[in-house]
Amino acid sequence: MTIPLRRAALAAMACALALPALAETVPESTDPIVINGGEVELQTAAPAPEHLDGALDEIYSGWLFRDPDTQTMQTDDFENPGMIFVDQGMDEWNMVEGEAGKSCASCHEDVSESMKGVRATTPKVNKDGALWSVEDYVNDCRTNRMQAEALDWNGNRMKNLTALISMQSRGMPMDVAIDGPAQPFWEQGKEMYYTRYGQLELACANCHEDHFGDWIRADHLSQGQTNGFPVYRLKQAGLVSQHNRFRGCIRDTRAETFPMGSDEFRALELYVASRGNGLPVEGVSVRH
Amino acid sequence: MADNVKPRVRVPKTASKDEVIQIKTLISHPMESGQRKDKDGNIIPRSIINRFHVTFNGTDVIDVTMEPAISTNPYFEFEAKVPESGEFVFTWYDDDGSVYEDKHSVEVS
Repeated sequence: MTIPLRRAALAAMACALALPALAETVPESTDPIVINGGEVELQTAAPAPEHLDGALDEIYSGWLFRDPDTQTMQTDDFENPGMIFVDQGMDEWNMVEGEAGKSCASCHEDVSESMKGVRATTPKVNKDGALWSVEDYVNDCRTNRMQAEALDWNGNRMKNLTALISMQSRGMPMDVAIDGPAQPFWEQGKEMYYTRYGQLELACANCHEDHFGDWIRADHLSQGQTNGFPVYRLKQAGLVSQHNRFRGCIRDTRAETFPMGSDEFRALELYVASRGNGLPVEGVSVRH
Repeated sequence: MADNVKPRVRVPKTASKDEVIQIKTLISHPMESGQRKDKDGNIIPRSIINRFHVTFNGTDVIDVTMEPAISTNPYFEFEAKVPESGEFVFTWYDDDGSVYEDKHSVEVS
């Protein structure tokens, strides 16, 4: 009795395998994120940048893939728990530290002027030809100009500062350079994006390009856009940096991950950011 | 003492007489429950805000006893009827004796 059954099951499986893999699920609506009753409006969709060459038709903010409750939290700066850290980042900005007796504000003065647009164009290649994230610029200032200790890449103080800096670009479209001196880094990042890692043999693209909008365990996959970083993650009840998120994803493929602040992650950060060129910086977003 | 404690309050600046207004408050605080242990197995001492008190022109609006199970960065949203122009005073009391205060005036027209 069991043999025909098993055979039937095998036949069914063969049938299922022959079907094309399920594709991505496009969001039902692409309403903008309206914050503080209309004070700020962030588009949630944009045409895919040319370099994607048709891999995606349209790019979407991760906000569209979240539950209505989570979405609502981001529509009011008072209810967005990430804003607490932006406030703390402001304290950090004004805090004098180090041998030189300086704070960030000593040189950069008004954060809303001096840091406007920084987040939208970073990571970028610095004057010495190295690819730098916002964190690198912060620590360069701290160690050279302030003569203070560098901050831990994933520490709260660093994340508070990157949140503050990110907020100053809220609404500005992501626009990282991928040509000229940035090109080799971008190529490296692209290579990583399509490389299968870990025991599960998953590349970034297998989930975030082929299956965005579909279920992964009890949650929806997004396109993995980075315009909302640093994000307030409800799961962690705190801010999460881009490199921390990369590390989490690669770990989940059951691979050895690269360290946060590594050259590999800088390159990946640039490539992933370029996939979101055109989506507005969300400042501090709220996600599951 | 808990670091980075900062109260945030949202109260409408104006209201009509006897209007019921919505008030939102949030204070950043770790709210360490006293139940957790550190890496070496020692209990991390409790450090929470244990009372939240709001007055309007000296009259009680709400007075809350807070317990260790309340989450980090406690958020309270409530409604209050404003009979006249005046000032809301928000006070949070920390286990360590610190008191955090914020004041907001409402103009009744």
